[in-house]
Amino acid sequence: MAASRTTAGAPAPTEQRPARKGRTRVRDENGRRMPLWELILRYALLLGVLALMIGPFLWQLSTSLKGPHENIFSSPPSFLPSDPTLHNYTRVADTIPVWDYALNSLKVAAANVFTNCVGAALAGYALARLRYRGRKAATLVFILAMLVPVEGIIIAQFTTMRDLGLNNTLMGVLLPGCVSALNVLLMRNAFLNLPYEVEEAAFVDGANVWQRFFRIALPAVKGTLAVVAIFAFMGAWDDFLWPLIVLSDPDKFTLTIGLNYLHGTFANDERLVAAGTVIAVLPLIVLFACLQRYFFRGVGEGAVKG
Amino acid sequence: MKSQGAAAAATAGTGAVPATARGRRTGAPGGAGKRGDRGGARGTAGNGSNGQGPAGRRVRRQLVTSPWLFAAPGLAIVGVFILYPFVSTVVNSFTDKRQLIEGKYVGLANFRELLHDDMFWIGLRNSTLYVLVVVPALVVLPLLLALLVQKQIPGITFFRSAFYTPVVASIVVVGLIWVWMLDERGLVNAVLEAVGADKVGFLSDQWLLLFSAMAVTVWKGLGYYMIIYLAALANVPRELHEAAAVDGAGPVRRFLSVTVPAVRSTMVLVAALSSVAAFKVFSEVYLMAGPTGGPAGEDTTLVMLVQRTGTGLTGRVGYASAISVVIFVVTVALMLLVLRADRKEDA
Repeated sequence: MAASRTTAGAPAPTEQRPARKGRTRVRDENGRRMPLWELILRYALLLGVLALMIGPFLWQLSTSLKGPHENIFSSPPSFLPSDPTLHNYTRVADTIPVWDYALNSLKVAAANVFTNCVGAALAGYALARLRYRGRKAATLVFILAMLVPVEGIIIAQFTTMRDLGLNNTLMGVLLPGCVSALNVLLMRNAFLNLPYEVEEAAFVDGANVWQRFFRIALPAVKGTLAVVAIFAFMGAWDDFLWPLIVLSDPDKFTLTIGLNYLHGTFANDERLVAAGTVIAVLPLIVLFACLQRYFFRGVGEGAVKG
Repeated sequence: MKSQGAAAAATAGTGAVPATARGRRTGAPGGAGKRGDRGGARGTAGNGSNGQGPAGRRVRRQLVTSPWLFAAPGLAIVGVFILYPFVSTVVNSFTDKRQLIEGKYVGLANFRELLHDDMFWIGLRNSTLYVLVVVPALVVLPLLLALLVQKQIPGITFFRSAFYTPVVASIVVVGLIWVWMLDERGLVNAVLEAVGADKVGFLSDQWLLLFSAMAVTVWKGLGYYMIIYLAALANVPRELHEAAAVDGAGPVRRFLSVTVPAVRSTMVLVAALSSVAAFKVFSEVYLMAGPTGGPAGEDTTLVMLVQRTGTGLTGRVGYASAISVVIFVVTVALMLLVLRADRKEDA
């Protein structure tokens, strides 16, 4: 887990900077000097993959900025809008209540972050630190819940939600994932990795379990908590299948469902759909750019447990 | 069924806690201590707290209820919204329940009906094909990508982040981006036309549609598995590469006989994760082929079929649950298959 953070997040060591001056002083991990042809080949491949991975996003952005009189179907394609305009974005807002949808997504995502952080930290602490009868059974409950394929139980979840009178509400969108079993187990592992002696000292000094949880244990697992928070936000913001099933009233749509609706109704207006997708993806790209190392760390931790 | 038992045990435990904890107070010292490897440290601290008398006892009395208070929100959510629906899915699969009508027990009728349902076989075929195509691609390509971004050359952090971007984007965004890219008049066809090739109807042909959706799944997953492989590659001993190089092994040979064996357990992990995910594919195909699953529904996947069958006012909950049970069984089988393949390679 830690390894993924160090390999992925680490900036290039400073000693390698001089390579930019045209001299090949780049070395591989063995300290062997990398031949120029290999360096060129690597950058060529990197740029090729870059075009494949980022190109579609840029093409979508470019399409969304092209005005009504510019041909978006030209061949060869033109990548830069000749007369960039935000017209399509105002049109999206006129067509569907896109800002309301964004607000709905934001509400669900923010609530999901809060409930997952609190719920998973509390339960994880109980599983890792507190000794009580039934702890093994409780751990097993979370492990089993993690193994249940969510796609297979959506109909029953929907029925449950209807029995609770919560379908077609944002609360209904939020609830099934609001404390995910995976996050509980991640927090449990984080707490298990803390040295127990510190808490024991606090225990001897008379600190009760809440004090030990808030003052000692929780500050020590901030990194994992950040991972949980980010993946909870991303999961809620990006989710599609469950909101699609539980929401039926267009007023309550989240952004992803709204986009699906936009695509279904105005499929032939590529500029409009493109503007909608840019609105949906931009917040996450900004979030990712700011908090990269937690995203990468989450992959490592999630994979180990998943 | 098993999970229901576990949940029941967990809730039954709640009631039993005060009694046992009271019993423990008079028992072993350091009752709040973690069981296991830190036994030595715990023993001494426990004796210390024992010596404190009333204060220590008061602290420990607070521990009687708090573990369950701590775990309660998580257990409640997971129990009500994951485990209970799982159990009721299995139960419903033996009934003719509909969305607004209570059902009655019909035995294996739903499963017998599945055998004669063309749509079910189409769904099973497509979901299985998805696994067969997507999993090998997601086991191999991200490993090659990880090798490409492994060396610390200038700017590599930027490339790693850029390659990860599709993972961050919502599947809806990704799906719609590619719907436009692969459109009859979209970028891919414009490029094909510009180089003198014929246009390809990616989104109108049944098979091209399915393979396009698979390509999108691979495209979105590359960055995620790349990061997993990067962590594994960091643990490959350098000496192995050096020794192989000294022995005159070229890059390809070193890849096959040093890198691959060293990251094999990670490859198994990736295969397990991606095969389960691929079998449950929904969004890519739903967005690219449309809610009805492409021409004549030929691109329907199993999860799409569950969604289509079980929702709506007349949704056949019982029948959709039977399809879900098939999904559970195949998912578990896939996991076991991958793990078994792993063990065989070990031998």
